Amino acid sequence: MSIEIRHVTKRFGEAVAVDDVSLEVETGSLTALLGPSGSGKSTLLRIVAGLETPDAGEVILSGEDATTLSPQKRNVGFVFQHYAAFKHMTVRNNIAFGLTIRKRPKNEIRERVEELLALVQLQGFADRYPAQLSGGQRQRMALARALAAEPKVLLLDEPFGALDARVRAELRDWLRRLHEEVHVTTVFVTHDQEEAMEVADRVAVLNRGRLEQIGSPLDLYDEPASEFVMRFVGDAHDLGGALVRPHDVALRREPGDGAVEVAIERITVLGADARVELVDGDGARLAARLRRDEVEELDLEEGEILWVRPERERVFSS
Amino acid sequence: MPRFVALAYLTAVLLAPLTMVFWRTFQHGLAPVWGALSNPETVHAFKLTLIVTAIAVPVNTIFGVAVSLLIVRKRFPGKGVLNAFIDLPLALSPVVVGLSLYLLYGRNGWFGSWLLGHGIQVLFAWPAIVLATIFASVPFVAREVIPTLRELGDEQEQAASTLGASGWQTFRRITLPSIRWAVIYGVVLTTARSLGEYGAVAIVSGRIVGRTETATLRVDDSYQNFDLTGAYSISLVLAATAVVVLILMTVLKPKEQMA
Amino acid sequence: MAESHANPVALRLSRAAGTSERAGTALSLGLVSTFLTLIVILPIAALVWESKRDGAHAFWQVVSSPEAVSAFKLTIGAAAIVALVNAVLGTVTAWVLVRDDFRGKALVNSVIDLPFALPTIVAGLTLLALYGPRSPIGVNLAFTRTAICLALCFVTLPFVVRTVQPVLLELDTEMEQAAHSLGASGLVTFRRIVLPNLLPGILSGLVLALARAVGEIGAVVLISGNLPYRTEVSSVYVMGRIESGDPAGAAAVAVVLLATSFAILLGVGGLRFLVTRHERA
Repeated sequence: MSIEIRHVTKRFGEAVAVDDVSLEVETGSLTALLGPSGSGKSTLLRIVAGLETPDAGEVILSGEDATTLSPQKRNVGFVFQHYAAFKHMTVRNNIAFGLTIRKRPKNEIRERVEELLALVQLQGFADRYPAQLSGGQRQRMALARALAAEPKVLLLDEPFGALDARVRAELRDWLRRLHEEVHVTTVFVTHDQEEAMEVADRVAVLNRGRLEQIGSPLDLYDEPASEFVMRFVGDAHDLGGALVRPHDVALRREPGDGAVEVAIERITVLGADARVELVDGDGARLAARLRRDEVEELDLEEGEILWVRPERERVFSS
Repeated sequence: MPRFVALAYLTAVLLAPLTMVFWRTFQHGLAPVWGALSNPETVHAFKLTLIVTAIAVPVNTIFGVAVSLLIVRKRFPGKGVLNAFIDLPLALSPVVVGLSLYLLYGRNGWFGSWLLGHGIQVLFAWPAIVLATIFASVPFVAREVIPTLRELGDEQEQAASTLGASGWQTFRRITLPSIRWAVIYGVVLTTARSLGEYGAVAIVSGRIVGRTETATLRVDDSYQNFDLTGAYSISLVLAATAVVVLILMTVLKPKEQMA
Repeated sequence: MAESHANPVALRLSRAAGTSERAGTALSLGLVSTFLTLIVILPIAALVWESKRDGAHAFWQVVSSPEAVSAFKLTIGAAAIVALVNAVLGTVTAWVLVRDDFRGKALVNSVIDLPFALPTIVAGLTLLALYGPRSPIGVNLAFTRTAICLALCFVTLPFVVRTVQPVLLELDTEMEQAAHSLGASGLVTFRRIVLPNLLPGILSGLVLALARAVGEIGAVVLISGNLPYRTEVSSVYVMGRIESGDPAGAAAVAVVLLATSFAILLGVGGLRFLVTRHERA
């Protein structure tokens, strides 16, 4: 199912949470809504699910206007940041919920639940209560529950936000693989650019309720449409009135060509790469990213004076 | 030292007097107690109390749950006023409650004159006792359910709605099971108050022996007529009920706090 | 006619998902408001109406009659004493229940709620059994003001205990340890560290106890003897006026009791606002 958001605006009192946002999500895609906290990304997701009603604009699901449709009738799966596990029900009954209230036959429900338990790798946990599961297990249960009634869209609100780093990385991989397997149109919200770039095939960047850019992860990195996107997606530093990525900073031993004089503050070797932290005459800091052999070749030392020039830079009119 | 002060206070005010009631009741053996309790007027008083409680408790439970859902889950103007009015009966004297109903349903009252004109007797009859009991015990369920609902949050309910559950299905399968201990605790408190209401009922019932006299009024009546055994026996039954209520409160409380 | 109270409220509902849900909210709000209007608000309105039906002069005459004034003074005085006793002994009891440990503590803890469960008339009779004319310990307090205070203590006992207890349970003992390490004695620590934290809890318990004590009748009516000018409290006075066929007089005094309840709630609400200053950003 495709999702089309047309000129959607949502206010909470005086604050504008979503400000005239339009975007399209293609059938079968895996899209990330990326933005800092307060950018309106969760609100937008909740509007798609029908958990919030927009003050203006339309939500089109599979070509049909769903703006005033209640969440019950949208056939979306929604995964909440804090799982929203039904605490008084076992894992099995949590997953079965959507099917039970649709009054599906008992054996069909049983089969489907077993299938989902296997999919989310919770086979041995069917008769436990949510309180007896770890955070990651609870999140997988929530996913299975959302998928049970075969929704046309899967919506996830900061699905890994409450988990620790290692579990988060595992679940990321797992979500990618799941999407390849199930192939349901999926939209997830995150404030973590790395997560968005790694998992999604399309990323929509939101800032202060407005859509800054939508595109593939590579597009956003290479062709950022605004200063905000450039700074938010990947590292970016000011250099002579322009913005530059660390690996686009060229180091030289000689001045000239408008190169800026800098001192090396610190060199950090990270495996095959190295990060050279620099400070210019005004005290402004930037970093260059090089291969380790380049650092060795240039024979860089902390405290040394160098000249830098951007190889690729961007100027955004504000 | 603080332990001694606290225990001495509890003993002097609570425990010692209660022990005395037991002793006084059975001072002359079981026979007079049984005699007093099987007195037809006393039996009638107990029956009336039970009937009134059986009406007041479900009414206040439904009201309490509904009003809690509205206050916690919905946005509407005047919510603060509604919230304040629910708690009001807790701060009111039972005498104020009784007299208010007495005036509303009395011969010259706004409702009373019309109702009497149509042959409906409310005051000095069971409907007034029911109304007074409902009035006095309105807040108990809502006061327990509101904080539990707040703490529960609405995420589970939203999850249910995205899974296709209707409003009623969400309430039945998600909300109600999550607040059930708070509801039960509120029901226990409502029951205790309904069984034990005295002041409001004393005013509106007319205290007609064998007709509109409830158990608490019967205690008063027996005592005033120097039937100490009667007064103590009925009190003992009511106190025993209170102990059951207390046990239920103790058993239910931790569960409610854990939820 | 009662529905007219609810409808303007119901019509201006916020935009929620789905019109059927909005309609449902409006309907239940209408029902709930109607119920509350019929059961609570209209009767109170009738009471206020009745009290001023014969004019302000008549109202004042009843309220300022020596017997009514004496009853009101006694009511307020006894309630104030009882509230203070509760504030002190209720806090001590809560402290013992949270911080102390002894056999039978769980039992004591559940017994605290007994006055909530016991019918008030039974509470009165219970006190008479021990402190009445045939007292086995030779203490006859019947028909005295002390007895009134005792009865009010009985019915209001749980309030302060139950509002202070959760606060004490949540109170971080590290704060006290920090005070000790800074050289504060036990008493100083209690007064300067613990008490300020308990004060909001004590105050809300106090309001409930005060409101309850001012209006109490069941526990008092048997043990006080209801002697005019000596042991007659306002609630009993109101009852007496009704029984002697003077509902207007009863209504006037009842309205004073009603106003007192409101004043207690508002007054202590304001006090609480001051005490909890530090909890607001």
